[in-house]
Amino acid sequence: MADRAGFAELAMPFAPQLYGAALRMTRNPADAEDLVQETYFKAYRSFGTFTEGTNLRAWLFRILTNTYINTYRAKQRRPTETELDDVEDFYLYRRIGAIEEALAARSAEDELMDVFTDDEVKQALEALPETFRLPVLLADVEGFSYREIAEMLDIPMGTVMSRLHRGRKAMQKALYDFAAERGLVRPPDAEATASGAGRAPTDPTDRAEETEAAPATTSGRPSAGR
Amino acid sequence: MADCDETLHELETYLDHELTPGARRAIQAHLDGCLNCLHAFDFHAELRLIIADKCREEPLPPSLLARIQDCFGVGDLDEPDPTGQPAG
Repeated sequence: MADRAGFAELAMPFAPQLYGAALRMTRNPADAEDLVQETYFKAYRSFGTFTEGTNLRAWLFRILTNTYINTYRAKQRRPTETELDDVEDFYLYRRIGAIEEALAARSAEDELMDVFTDDEVKQALEALPETFRLPVLLADVEGFSYREIAEMLDIPMGTVMSRLHRGRKAMQKALYDFAAERGLVRPPDAEATASGAGRAPTDPTDRAEETEAAPATTSGRPSAGR
Repeated sequence: MADCDETLHELETYLDHELTPGARRAIQAHLDGCLNCLHAFDFHAELRLIIADKCREEPLPPSLLARIQDCFGVGDLDEPDPTGQPAG
């Protein structure tokens, strides 16, 4: 039996994580605040049922998830979203070459993974229908196991796995679409149309080679070619 | 040792740390000798890190911190204050 007097000290370090998860769940700061407050209220009052020595973080996330499902999902009055377009496997990975080429063409020094902004990644997750958003959030962001997620969402482990698979693919497609919207994807026919498109002052292919061969084009670094 | 198809098929389960030790070793053995598959695994492992990093924590609004702290102590509805003072 856990002692309630120590609750705040033990549980408060998880508040920023719980609030982050609550934002991804509710997609709305006001509801996220209510959800986290209610989670702490319930956790505090039932701390006596928490078995000391077990995983407090998982226990708090279970309360958060239950509270969201039972209260806020109903409040948001969204129809239960189970539809998700089927996306091919490795969607982003198969297209990442086009993003890399576009980056090279701009002589951008960004690492590939710096391409996506914080907001884009959050939006890609939040855009998932809830059926897929919760498993992806709990697995990929919070690091819970299939078994823990199955318990939190009260679904079989096989369902956890298939929802993760489909949700992840859809999220990757959303990320790719963000990159494409920002012109960060070199279209497959860029070589043929670059000169006539009026967008790119130089042929992207040439620029890419230039960048690779001489990264210090304007800095005048003394021994760049040594 | 697993082949490329089997290896890529297990990519998610591998990255989720949900494979049995034996299955994990078979995947690792394949990755040791297959740059293509290793690339795919590296990419997805890095993508996971990015997603977790960007979505994990949000700074707690001061108003929420205050509301949470209000839940502690004074809200002991199921354990009345032994001193008999009315709450709040």
